[in-house]
Amino acid sequence: MPATLLEKIWEDHVVQRVAGKPDLLYIDLHLIHEVTSPQAFAGLRGSSRRVRRPDLTLATIDHGVPTIDRDKGIQDPLSRQQIEALETNCLENGITLFGLNDPRQGIVHIIGPEQGLTQPGMTIVCGDSHTSTHGAFGALAFGIGTSEVEHVLATQSLLQARPATMAITVDGNLPAWSSPKDVILGIINHLGVGGGIGHVVEYRGSTIEAMSMEGRMTVCNMSIEAGARAGLIAPDETTFSYIKGRPFAPAGDEWDAALEYWRSLPTEASAEFDREVALDAADIPPFVSWGTNPAQSVPVDGAVPAPEDFSDPAEQEAVARALAYMDLVPHIPITEIPIDRVFFGSCTNGRLEDLRAAAEIVRGRKVHPDVGAMVVPGSTLVRMQAEQEGLDEVFTEAGFEWREAGCSMCLAMNPDILQPGERCASTTNRNFEGRQGRDGRTHLVSPVMAAAAALAGHFVDVRELVDS
Amino acid sequence: MEPVNTITGTMVPLMRPNVDTDQIVAKQSLKRVDRTGFGPYLFYDWAHDSEGEPRTDFVLNDPAYRAARVLVTGRNFGSGSSREHAPWGLMDWGFRAIVATSFADIFRRNCYKNGLLPVVLDESAVKHLADLAQEDPTAEVVVDLEAQKVTAAKLESTFEIDPFVKECLLKGLDEIDLTLTAEAEIARFEDSRPRYKPSV
Repeated sequence: MPATLLEKIWEDHVVQRVAGKPDLLYIDLHLIHEVTSPQAFAGLRGSSRRVRRPDLTLATIDHGVPTIDRDKGIQDPLSRQQIEALETNCLENGITLFGLNDPRQGIVHIIGPEQGLTQPGMTIVCGDSHTSTHGAFGALAFGIGTSEVEHVLATQSLLQARPATMAITVDGNLPAWSSPKDVILGIINHLGVGGGIGHVVEYRGSTIEAMSMEGRMTVCNMSIEAGARAGLIAPDETTFSYIKGRPFAPAGDEWDAALEYWRSLPTEASAEFDREVALDAADIPPFVSWGTNPAQSVPVDGAVPAPEDFSDPAEQEAVARALAYMDLVPHIPITEIPIDRVFFGSCTNGRLEDLRAAAEIVRGRKVHPDVGAMVVPGSTLVRMQAEQEGLDEVFTEAGFEWREAGCSMCLAMNPDILQPGERCASTTNRNFEGRQGRDGRTHLVSPVMAAAAALAGHFVDVRELVDS
Repeated sequence: MEPVNTITGTMVPLMRPNVDTDQIVAKQSLKRVDRTGFGPYLFYDWAHDSEGEPRTDFVLNDPAYRAARVLVTGRNFGSGSSREHAPWGLMDWGFRAIVATSFADIFRRNCYKNGLLPVVLDESAVKHLADLAQEDPTAEVVVDLEAQKVTAAKLESTFEIDPFVKECLLKGLDEIDLTLTAEAEIARFEDSRPRYKPSV
């Protein structure tokens, strides 16, 4: 039977199939970080189990690290305890750790691809929901909880029932200044925040094919924000040329063998999906979120909705609640919303291409005097490369702070947080209540939209800013 | 894991859709390295004012609901982060089952691993239970896993659950122990993995 990309990867990883039980799937790569792993290692110790494949496990420190003054050590005693626990656990179990002083340190979903560890046809898991990022390479990658982290550490496998399949096809050319971030915000807006539950989404169509790997990662990254288990994009020449030559990429004969396998992976023409959705790229302008979940967004030339714009009473109540939290009144144009802070970074938009795009807007201009703006590169290598290109100077001359790499204010577990009432244009993935700090207000946007807002002090249609 | 059988108790109604794990367990608790002690952080920002004082208008702070064992809530409960701290916090508080019209996938799986039972019922049944709990905090519900049945005043509703998950919950089975019985299959699979697959 003609198979989809998901079905092919799945079948190639079944270790054991028993009637009445989920499949036992082999895991090719397990990424771990300091926040969701300590209890898993404690569990292993408690049951005298060992880490089965330290050579298929990679650790980094990202969620709680400060982005400034790292030479002074970690001030927060609890974050320090977590980081020390990870260091000890890695040392005791022979796991490679890209620690604070390693130039390869960074957000776990940035460093895998950067090192060439993320490859087509692999199964990749991590105790973090944004593991879906790696699906951009045609790898089946999904987030797991700490009990499953322990399961993978002990067995290098997971019991999994196969999710349903969904194809989301986006065809055509995006409007000027619309980006992969806008594509995924548009898709989530279309599906709803729970619209992908139980599914693995394959993104297809000419718009997706035309994207760089970095753009594809932005799209797959936010699959979870529509509730999908994972996102996938078929590997192609763009994928192969991104991987080739990276530190952990196959070389020589192994490259040829890998390439032959990778080319066999894309969904066959007559394969069927459980659900199909199609969008026209021309209908995807830059988006801005107005609410407290990532589906609550509108095009930048739109206005904040009113509860009565929705038919479902539960939704009306949720919208009213979101507007109260966000301190927004219905019907005001998005471009009239003033902002206090701008945050650049995260596993969604913390890669070099994102920084380059934003720098083009910022170059030679100044951040609005009422706005505090910060750039946190997604990895130390991204930061170093950006500095080589002089991007750090473009940002700092405009008035941005230039920081060290980590998750930072995407989830505000480190000292970078919003103060109560502050409103932030953010290139991140979640606008939940309190996400960037208690009573902070997050608006999700693309890198160029965040840059334009930083300069103007309010949301602007980046298309107009550039034209002027 | 303790086996899960029949859960009998009172309910807390929290009828908001898309309750995310950032709300369920506050980020300050994510820095803990233990699996316990998360109860005080449950719904922290909803349960406390900006001074850290309990909000009397939040349902979980109402003493009438303090003994509840079942949370009745809106669709897509547990969306967002993979943090298992969310079910740990719910269980620490005393919950043993959650009833909603849908759950986020990672959260649902995390619940199973800890013996917290997510129960999917249709909208009218969820609304019935929420109304019941709202009107009478002492109203009891019985969630029978074996029979896959929820019973309360004027309600009897069945629910679906994966047979393997059900067996694990009823017997309190450890999935890692189960998987380790497939050691020979895992080793055989490893022997056949292509050499181009990366290792760290």
